[in-house]
Order: sequence, then structure tokens, then C-alpha cells
Amino acid sequence: MEQGPAGASGPAAAAAGAGGLLLPLSETEQQRYSELFSRCCPPPEAAAGGSSVGELFRASQLPPDTLHQWKNNPQITEVCGAKRMGYFGPAQFYIALKLIAAAQSGFPVRIESIKNELPLPRFMALKNDTEVRYGTPAEFHGVKFQVPHATLEKNSYKRTDEGDKQEPKSPPMSPICSPPASPSTYQRIPLSYGYGKARSGLEQQHGAPYEVRHSTHQQDGPSSGNYGAKSALACSTPNRSLSVEREQQDSSTQYPDDPWRITEEQRDYYINQFRSLQPDLNAFISGSVAKNFFTKSKLPIPELSHIWELSDVDCDGALTLAEFCAAFHLVVARKNGYQLPETLPETLLPEYLQAACLKPMRDCALFDSYSEPLPSSQQTRDLGRTEKSSAEEVPDNSALIQEGKKDDKQALKVSTTLKTIPKEFQHLTVKAAAQEPNALRARPRSRSYSSTSIEDAMKKGEEPPTPPPRPQKSHSRASSLDLNKIFQQNTQAVRSGWLPPPPPALPPRPSVSQEVVLAQPPSKPARRKLRTEGQGLETPELSPTINVTSSLPAVKPHLPVQKQSSKQKRAIQTAIRKNKEANAVLARLNSELQQQLKEVHKERIALETQLEQLRPVTVL
Amino acid sequence: MAVCIAVIAKENYPLYIRSVPTENELKFHYTVHTSLDVVDEKISAMGKALVDQRELYLGLLYPTEDYKVYGYVTNSKVKFVMVVDSSNTALRDNEIRSMFRKLHNSYTDIMCNPFYNPGDRIHSRAFDTMVNSMMMQVC
Repeated sequence: MEQGPAGASGPAAAAAGAGGLLLPLSETEQQRYSELFSRCCPPPEAAAGGSSVGELFRASQLPPDTLHQWKNNPQITEVCGAKRMGYFGPAQFYIALKLIAAAQSGFPVRIESIKNELPLPRFMALKNDTEVRYGTPAEFHGVKFQVPHATLEKNSYKRTDEGDKQEPKSPPMSPICSPPASPSTYQRIPLSYGYGKARSGLEQQHGAPYEVRHSTHQQDGPSSGNYGAKSALACSTPNRSLSVEREQQDSSTQYPDDPWRITEEQRDYYINQFRSLQPDLNAFISGSVAKNFFTKSKLPIPELSHIWELSDVDCDGALTLAEFCAAFHLVVARKNGYQLPETLPETLLPEYLQAACLKPMRDCALFDSYSEPLPSSQQTRDLGRTEKSSAEEVPDNSALIQEGKKDDKQALKVSTTLKTIPKEFQHLTVKAAAQEPNALRARPRSRSYSSTSIEDAMKKGEEPPTPPPRPQKSHSRASSLDLNKIFQQNTQAVRSGWLPPPPPALPPRPSVSQEVVLAQPPSKPARRKLRTEGQGLETPELSPTINVTSSLPAVKPHLPVQKQSSKQKRAIQTAIRKNKEANAVLARLNSELQQQLKEVHKERIALETQLEQLRPVTVL
Repeated sequence: MAVCIAVIAKENYPLYIRSVPTENELKFHYTVHTSLDVVDEKISAMGKALVDQRELYLGLLYPTEDYKVYGYVTNSKVKFVMVVDSSNTALRDNEIRSMFRKLHNSYTDIMCNPFYNPGDRIHSRAFDTMVNSMMMQVC
């Protein structure tokens, strides 16, 4: 390297002043050092924080084969005078970097070493500046990972960075997916467990050269093992999983060029975590709940506060699913050593995440809500799965029930499907009553055939009931099948808590009531029972629905038989009944909310009186 | 553009003080502290009247030869004190109000953060950014 003018740089001069010696820095060195310094201490701070600097130093992988990492770092810290000053000023930082370069070149860590011409200090990421991040994240394995692990991980990072930037991301993902049931205390497990997993995951993901690299680097194993352990833990417990998963996921996110991009596996994990906190994926996670959750990550509170600031875009004190994913992702990133950005990256914006979140919502279809055809179709798929059992019943029932009430059953079916996709269907059915017959028609067929009938059913439920005979028949079937699903849904909702999702609770009621309305007189009493139970959707509902659903196949032959005029009339009547039922349910909800409002008013009055009592004291 | 912005808690201890760095910051701290008396005086003068937007903004607390001090109090008795350089082109009252409104909005955003305990010092970067935007740009 060229030797720049001695002591030309300001920091160099400062270093000289601090260290009492001239620290010549070449131009490349100056650039690199200033880069690293700015990374470690983003302006306007004048001093690099000890933690960020420590990360960087660990990333330098000072003699791993001989001394323990830490043994070198304290030396460097002392030599450059940072310990004396308590922080890393520019001068100290530059001296430290120079010492690291010296140590990496094999020179002893002394002031004299830095006078030599040295190559740039090597930190994990060699190629890009961003790579340094990769190196440092390796260190941050969240929980109690000792330095050897960190160095090992750094090595793995280094290798991966040098090699496949894109691919490395995948290996961590595979460990995530693989050990969902791994034991909790990853601290014990990390090396062995993670190693194996990391290996497997890596091998899966990478080509031969990468494998070779990993095999040649023992250190990679433990580091990747950490990831494996992390992923395992993540699945097991929120605490551990937080740290583990975060690291692992973060490692996966590091590799692509954009570390702030959430991968599918990560998103699925985040969504699962969201569900564990709040079953309804469309509701919010309150601030206190989120605080407890993220506190488990053991990140310092100021950082968590900053993460919250970044992720809570609408500043309402609650996290939507997209905001939660962004926050979780930031926690993962921070755990792995990434510096938190000042502003939320584009890929973490709620709009972006929501657009991308629709796909993963497939699994959450049951909890998904409303009015979007995509989610509904996804939901239908899920419902289809749940509907399998009901679909099986359908053929039996169909054999039992004949003619007559087929229309009713279809109507019930429609209503039940509505239940399963409460919000959507409610809206859809209310809006497009005419389309129901079509939808119902499709539903019977699909149900009789496969579990995917739910999808069709749902879509059809949206449609207005066109062919008169169909709608009623499908209603009946739908109701029976839907009740099963709704039952499952509602039980889950009930488990999550009653108060938080009152809106989700609402839809089942109207659908149930709709079912009742749709059903013809004979089946009405049974359906009314269902209605009264509302969200309960207990077994009583199931039984009538089962009976009702019966003739899916039977409906088909009857549909063409019935006259269109009667069908239309029935369709209109059913629609009217549905609306009435919906109104009734809404009225009930309104009264409940009024009650809550009164209570809140009382509390407010009590607080105001207290405030009044206190006020004269403070105003003095 | 303000020279110093301070957020004072209900118990009259500072939650956040930011001054233009080149000035003698201690002087501004002292100014803010003394202005608290004026704030309390205005609050007590309001009595128990309904606190609306107008009364949240206290207006010019007192002018000195070098600068003017404006005050603003929230419903929870958190006070914002702003010191403005007099030599600066006279800032209109509406501008001061808008600055206080921005401060108040940022403050409520901070309160929404569950990791922030009311009464702690404010370390929010978003808040810092907003305050910096309102501070005078000193070369």
C-alpha cells in the first residue's frame, strides 16, 4: 500500500496525539477506517459504541487458531487507549483497526506494529462494506454464545460471503424448517445439534463447492449449528425461539443483497408467532403484549424502543401483522449484529409486507378475513382441508336426505360456508344474494368430490344465488359443512380470548342465523339452536348441519328439476332472512358495545375526579 | 427555527433538552428552568377551565433581549418550552403553534411506544429527527 503523507489524516493526527505517536495511514486505509468508523458509530455520535466496535473486532478473527478471541481484543483496546478513555473515539478506533491489521498479519499487538505498512484489517466481510455486517451478525447469536462460536460463525459467514452471497441465505432457512420440535435450551444444544442441521441444511442448499468449504471449515459447523439450534428453539419456545430464530433467520436474510427482506420461511415463522399472541391475523397486537414478547429477545430496551418506532408505522401503539413481521425481522437482524436503520427499509414497510403477506396467509386462511377474493380463495383451500371430514359426511348424508329439503340444505350449506369465512361471506352473501345459487351449485359438486370444495363453495357463496334450486340446496350442504369449520374456527377464537375479537365473533352469528333463515321450516328449529349458540357452534350445530348437508349429490339432480321462478323467490326470501338475521346480530353487538362504552365512561369519570383532586397539589 | 427545545415532565424535571450546540447550553437550560415558573403561573391562571387547543399553547412566556421563550402544555401537564432567537426574523405565532403541534404529535408517538415508560428521558431517534428539523441550522 502506498504510504500516504505521514499523519496527513485528521484521525491519524488525532491518533498520534492520543497515542503519542505518528500513525501513518495510507489513503486506502483512511477510507476503509473512516468507513468502518462511520459504520460503528453512525453520526452524529462522535464516539463509537463499545458494543459495535467489539463486534467489529470480533469480526476480525484475530488469531483464532492460537489465542482466544477475547484475549486479543482487550489488548487492542488497551493499546489504542480506548479503555482509558472509555469509548472509541476516531483516533482510538483507527489505532485499533491498525492493530487488528497488524495482528492479522502476524505482528504483535503493540504500538510499534502500527507503524509498519500493513494490509487493511480483514473483517468477516471482505468484498463489500455490507459484508462487515455479515461478519458482525455472526457474532450476535443472541444468547450467550461464546466468542468461539462467534468466530466460527464469522468464518462461516466469511466463506459464504466470499462464495455465494445468495445461497448462504438458504441454508439457515433449512435448519429453521427442519427442527421445529427441537428442544428448548439451545444453549446446550447449539454446537452438536446445530452443526448437524447446519450441515444438512447447507448441503441441501449449496452446491459442492460450498459444501467443501463448509466441510473444510469446522467452524462453520458450530456457527451454522447455532442457526439450527436457533431455529429449533424458535419453534419450541418464544423466548429461545426469538433469539435462535432471529439469528437463524437473520443469517438467512443476510445473504441476499437486501438484509431487510423477509423470506418466506421467516414470514411463516413470524406469522406463527403472531398467531401465538393473537389468533386473529387481522387484529392488532397491543403494545403491552408486544413489549413482553420482544423483551424476551433480551435486546436492550432502547433498541427495542427504536425497533418499535421503526415498525409501528401508524403510531397507534399496536402492531398489525405486517408491522409485527417488520418488528420481528428487525429484532432478528439486530440480534445478528445488524445496526438498526434510521428509517424503515422499503421491504419492511407494512404496505409491502401486506402485499407479500397475502400468500403466506394461506395457512392462516381460517383467520383471514374479508372481502378479498385472494384471501378467500386461500381460505377456501384451508377450509377445504378442514372440510374433508365434513365432505366425507356429505356423501352419507346425501344418501339419507332426499328431495324436499334439498334447497334448504343448500341454503344451510351456503350459510355454513359463510361461517367458515365469516366476514367475507357475510358481506358477500348479503351483497350478492343472487349469486349464491351459482356458488352453491358449485359447492355441492366440489364437496362431494374433494376437500377443495370449500374453495369453490366460498367463491360461490360470494356469488349471488342465480339458479333458484341450487342455492337452497347448497345452502343446506354448506351450512353443515361450514359449521364444522366454523366450529373449529370459533373454538380457536374463543381460546384466544373473547373480548379481543368481538368482530370476528360476529360473523359466525349472522352466518348461523342466516343458515337458520335459509333453512326451510323443517330444519329451522335445529338451525335456530345454532343461532342462539352463536359463536359457540357447538356440536348441536354440527348434528343438524350434518343432517342438512347430506345431499350434496342429491342436490344436483334436483336442481335442474326445480322451476326457476320458485328458486328465485326462495333466493330472495333467503336473502331477506339473512339480512334480518344479520341486523339482529349487529343489534346485539351494538348493545354489547354500548355496555362497554358505559363502563369506559364510568372509568373516565373516576379518573377525572381523581385528577381534579390531584390538580391543586401540582399546580402550586 | 428554535435555538433550544425542551420537554419538561409533569413534576418539572426535564425529559428532553436539545440546544443548538454552539451556544452555551447551560444558559439555555437555565432559561428553560426559569421559564417553568411562568408556565406554572399561566396554568394556574387558567384554573379549571376546559383545556382546549388554544389553552394548550401558552404563547410567549417572556422575551429577553436575545431570545424569546414560548410555552406549551399538554393535557397531562407535560410542558414544551421553546427558546427562539430574537434576532431571527420574527417567527409568526402560527409557526410557533405549528412547531408545538409537531412536538406534541411526536411526543404522543413516543408515548405509544410500549417500551417507553412515562417519566423516562426521551431517547427516540424519530423525536430527535423531528427536533433537529426545527432547530436552527448552525454552520
